[in-house]
Amino acid sequence: MSQEILLEDMQCVYQKPATLTDDYMHYCPGCGHAVAHKILMEVVQEMGIQEDIVGVAPVGCSVFAYNYMNIDMQEAAHGRASAAATGIKRVLPEKYVFAYQGDGDLAAIGTAETIHTINRGENILIVFINNGIYGMTGGQMAPTSLLGQKTSTSPYGRDVEHNGYPLKITDLIAHLPGAYYVTRQAVHTPNTVRKFKKAIKNAFEFQKLKKGTCFIEVVSNCPSGWKMTPKETLAYIEEKMLPEYPLGDLKVPTQNNN
Amino acid sequence: MIKGTVLINSENCKGCELCIVACPQESLSLSQKINLRGYRYVELSQDNCTGCTNCAIVCPDSAITVYRQSKQNYKKAV
Amino acid sequence: METKKSEVRLMKGNEALAEAAIRAGLDAYFGYPITPQSEILEYFTEQIPKRRGVVLQAESEVASINMVYGAAGAGARVMTSSSSPGMSLMQEGISYIAAAELPCLLVNVVRGGPGLGTIQPSQGDYFQATKGGGHGDYRLIVLAPSSVQEMCDFVFDAFKLAEKYRNPAMILSDGALGQMMEKVEFPEEGSLPHIVPDWATTGKKGRERNFITSLHMEPEKMEEINLHLQKKYKTIEENEVRYETLDVEDAEIVLVAFGLPARICQKAVELAREKGIKAGLVRPITLFPFPKKILSDLSKKIDHFLVIELNAGQMVEDVMLAANGNCPVHFKGRMGGMIIQPEDVLEEIEKIIQQPILQE
Repeated sequence: MSQEILLEDMQCVYQKPATLTDDYMHYCPGCGHAVAHKILMEVVQEMGIQEDIVGVAPVGCSVFAYNYMNIDMQEAAHGRASAAATGIKRVLPEKYVFAYQGDGDLAAIGTAETIHTINRGENILIVFINNGIYGMTGGQMAPTSLLGQKTSTSPYGRDVEHNGYPLKITDLIAHLPGAYYVTRQAVHTPNTVRKFKKAIKNAFEFQKLKKGTCFIEVVSNCPSGWKMTPKETLAYIEEKMLPEYPLGDLKVPTQNNN
Repeated sequence: MIKGTVLINSENCKGCELCIVACPQESLSLSQKINLRGYRYVELSQDNCTGCTNCAIVCPDSAITVYRQSKQNYKKAV
Repeated sequence: METKKSEVRLMKGNEALAEAAIRAGLDAYFGYPITPQSEILEYFTEQIPKRRGVVLQAESEVASINMVYGAAGAGARVMTSSSSPGMSLMQEGISYIAAAELPCLLVNVVRGGPGLGTIQPSQGDYFQATKGGGHGDYRLIVLAPSSVQEMCDFVFDAFKLAEKYRNPAMILSDGALGQMMEKVEFPEEGSLPHIVPDWATTGKKGRERNFITSLHMEPEKMEEINLHLQKKYKTIEENEVRYETLDVEDAEIVLVAFGLPARICQKAVELAREKGIKAGLVRPITLFPFPKKILSDLSKKIDHFLVIELNAGQMVEDVMLAANGNCPVHFKGRMGGMIIQPEDVLEEIEKIIQQPILQE
């Protein structure tokens, strides 16, 4: 049976969103960044906000996000996406603004900007991709690398006495009064992707209310940096990453702060 | 069972196999052939797709388009 | 464009600059406190909520300059200000802004350095301001005021130039100019119209998407961008040089000074002329583009240049390049917040003209 004949009776139920460009993504096979990009753009398409959104992607693997997301975007300096996003949102308060950052960017070099942006309650969305490693520069240890994790700069495994602890910055952020919605999601299975999509949708809906910063951590993978096949990263996420970074909402709008 | 099918953009596929893991029907497999960028790509190898979209949802490269029999046609067939 | 003057006030240099920025249609200011420029942030936090625009005290100079990047990329007329150590922190962001060709105004109310230095006036940041400052091949448009009136006027000029060339412009002031009070006449508010540029990231309504970036992985593309920037800087050098001269027509020795020392040198020229010494003065107003031609022309006619700076000798190198060996270039400077006096300059002039000129 040829597919063409079959298709006559069928309707399209899932396709690449038009809010992604036709550019071939530079990401490694199986990279969670690409899934997160796609889902973000699906929500932008479904909400019909493509013409009213500005994104910021700083240094890291996702620095080329502007090649793929068919929206207005700015590339920012390492760690400074939330500051740049603050600048944009303050002069364009009616637009949707988001910063898309990795763990080295958001939780190491950009920690001050991250904390203060959220503490001011900037009405933006921050998407935080946590794959526990510096992907773009070749797999070095990140602030979120797990204890014992071997990276190119922790070749004997991350040692707490030498390198300190994995930084659970999302837990810190949830305590800030400026944070309106804080959640930790993943994109490695169909169900986690569906939940992530819902979280993105919530965040953009909340942004309209101008009640504070929305923050979505995505526990993601880095097959190249972790030196695993994409399939192997699925087990690593489940067995190693999620116990350290459990999924779920850390802060949701309540009657009190609504 | 509702019938579905997928169209795979084999040139965009990087052969990461996440779709193969995600498919509850085990309909997908890696081809022996390689695409222009040198990746073995995924193809529909069994005629039991239900169009559940799991494969496409986890596909990082948006290489999978999913089709499903409409309810109307499904009723007709039954 | 002619800006209509409307109001005369007695004001501190820093406050005059801030008032001028509001009148120039400032959309947003992002900054962080540091002496001796905190009055700028203070003035904005007091005035902007009552008038128009955005003012935000950031968590650091690093955050400030990146907020400027974001807002400038979104098409706003935007500025920040700081003093030397804070300006050093901003250099990475300024490099990104220059590379992404975003117009904005940067104000450096220079204090003595290096390190934490002193809060007293200095011109020790000349190199940083005029040679790029951060990484890579780029230039700022640099204006050096020497009065409170110019602290006001140059805000308008800097915004015009920044927007004309899509390039950051800097006002290089110093702690003394920032703090001293003088009479200042202000242009009318709204006299500098601003159109949101078509390249700005404002949401892609009715057009193709815009993006702001300074990243170009392909060497061919990166070189192309660099050549484009260099061409732009060349155009700026050809069209935007500004300077003032005093008594240079018959001068045998010409002083070169910018900013506050230029006013001290005016007095020194007067004192020298009283003694029958044919002294003159060139005051570069734009430090980039540097007034090479006038200096080069003069170097063929005069006996000496004497460069006066509040640093260890920075602009003197540019004067030497312009003179290109045609005449000796001397230097006298004070550092660390010390200000040179007209009498010190006169003494130096007398010392120089008493020396035999070796070439003759």
